[in-house]
Amino acid sequence: MSLRTDLGKVRGLGSAKEGVGHWWSQRLTAIALIPLLIWLIASIVPLAGAEVRIVREWISEPVNSVLLLSLIVAVFHHAQLGLQVVIEDYVHTVWLKLASLIVVKFLAFGLSTTSIFAVLKIAFSG
Amino acid sequence: MDLLRIERFIWKSIMDTRERPLSPHLQVYKPQLTSILSIMHRVTGVALAAGTCLLVWWLVVIALGGEYYTIMQNIMGSWYGRLALLGWSFALFYHLCNGIRHLFWDMGVGLELRRAYQSGWLVIGAAILLTLGTWTYAYQSVGAL
Repeated sequence: MSLRTDLGKVRGLGSAKEGVGHWWSQRLTAIALIPLLIWLIASIVPLAGAEVRIVREWISEPVNSVLLLSLIVAVFHHAQLGLQVVIEDYVHTVWLKLASLIVVKFLAFGLSTTSIFAVLKIAFSG
Repeated sequence: MDLLRIERFIWKSIMDTRERPLSPHLQVYKPQLTSILSIMHRVTGVALAAGTCLLVWWLVVIALGGEYYTIMQNIMGSWYGRLALLGWSFALFYHLCNGIRHLFWDMGVGLELRRAYQSGWLVIGAAILLTLGTWTYAYQSVGAL
């Protein structure tokens, strides 16, 4: 007989101690990315071949800056969650798995902060 | 059997266990639409993660301005740049459409085998159409059509 309550069992969060957190973040970012990506593609395709001045103007529009920043956060979070699953599924050597996970997470963090800084720089320098 | 031989036998069976082929024995399965689309979701996901560097590069060269942007435009405008962008756009549309298919499955919708095949073909069709549509739009925008 288990002395744990039903609620306690549900909150036990399994062996990874994070329950469905990973799964849920993956879906949330996926849902967010549907409209964000449609918006991004519809917006940047007409900018193909445009002068840098026109592209800068487009990015520095407040609505576009905010949506771009949201997309960057969602895309890198989604990507590193997905890559984590792929690494955990296929890389079985412990040190290599850990090293790959660290590299992926650090890269996702570094590339997203770089992109965020670039958008802010464009947005605030007009 | 003496002790040494027993020990060798045990070691050999441990090693044999390690060398055994692991499930799911992909080589004995006939390729199916559902399994191919499933692995394609992973492959395009990994490719897109790498492809996201294009977005970073684009934003950074715009922030730097001037010649850096022109250099990127020249590289992406070349035949190999366009080929990479074509692959990137198809991967994106495929992953987007199939991702929506997965979200429906998460809600318990369309899990029946027949429906899974139907939505699979729908995803392939939608991804191809969206890719073609985007490129037509792009070529029209630069006045090449």
